[in-house]
Amino acid sequence: MDFAKKLKPYQLDVLKEIGNIGAGHAATALSQLLNKSIDMSVPSVRIVSFQDLPDQVGGADTKVAAIFLRIDGDAPGSMFFISTIEDTEKLIRQLINKEAFQLQQPPFDEMGESAFLEVGNILAGSYLSSLSDFTQLSLQPSVPGFSVDMAGAILSYGLISLSEVGDYAIVIDTQMMELEAEKPISGHFFLLPDPESFEIIFSALGVDRHE
Amino acid sequence: MSEVIKVGMADLQVVTPPNTIRTSGLGSCVGVVIYDDTSLVAGMAHVMLPTSSLSRQEKTNEAKYADTAIPALLFEMEKLGIRHYSLKAKIAGGAQMFSFSTGNSDLMRIGPRNVEAVKEKLKELRIPLIAEDVGGKSGRTIEFNPKTKLLNIRTVNKGTTEI
Repeated sequence: MDFAKKLKPYQLDVLKEIGNIGAGHAATALSQLLNKSIDMSVPSVRIVSFQDLPDQVGGADTKVAAIFLRIDGDAPGSMFFISTIEDTEKLIRQLINKEAFQLQQPPFDEMGESAFLEVGNILAGSYLSSLSDFTQLSLQPSVPGFSVDMAGAILSYGLISLSEVGDYAIVIDTQMMELEAEKPISGHFFLLPDPESFEIIFSALGVDRHE
Repeated sequence: MSEVIKVGMADLQVVTPPNTIRTSGLGSCVGVVIYDDTSLVAGMAHVMLPTSSLSRQEKTNEAKYADTAIPALLFEMEKLGIRHYSLKAKIAGGAQMFSFSTGNSDLMRIGPRNVEAVKEKLKELRIPLIAEDVGGKSGRTIEFNPKTKLLNIRTVNKGTTEI
């Protein structure tokens, strides 16, 4: 049986709580950055086949804007912040006060690009530091990378380590959206722990003891 | 009526005219097309990793690895009748979507490693590589038409090409 399918319901609940804590802190950080109210969804933990993963953000062909970073330390993994082109443009325009900013055709405005990367840094940093506090594990984000491309091409990067052990990914997905806006900006936070990280996370939280 | 056969990630399929075969959103993965120049039977694999020695699965998905996907694809094509001497190959993909100065360099170099592994296997099986569009920084969606033997490659920022 595939490794991801061996997880028990209470273990999935633990992963959901991780998404909740991490994204909660990240939402607060984003709200301070934009000086706006940010709402987040109840995190979902899904076991999805590689084929179906890009469908979570519109399909393998869909053009998206994404920040990708690796998590190094005790429980390695990959993290993505993925949003539509339109929403990312709106987010960056607000940050740099430049109405002309666009992500339709490269080259992109350098200041806008680094602003987006900084958002990635802040979000990932707050997500991981709260996770670190909670689990007492040492987790460091790598320098984030930025890409505007097909969802399938981007997400496959998070699947490389996982693909060595199975055909399924465990995705901790939290959606964030701006409150009080007519067309709110929203984005997905994907956390994809490496296969060996699950046991480390579970034992750090002591959940493996009460079967 | 022609149909488009879809190949998912770590998947392989075969096709005959008038149908075409497509895989979407290739990043570091490599799309391998093998076709029989005379019988027009073709097949496509969406390879994720260079070698099955990386597998820690109980049951290996052959389509996932360059070294096992190509023989598995030939096996499926043989069922439809192919002549080994008229086989040809075209490949696309193996991009480096993100560049990092630090971190797991093996992981980041996965695209080029996939391309090397595919080429090596094709060489070993004596299947000539007719055309390739590999590397770069862009994701690709590819579609092969076994009748025209052309591989259509679409990228988000650089439009469409045919090889």
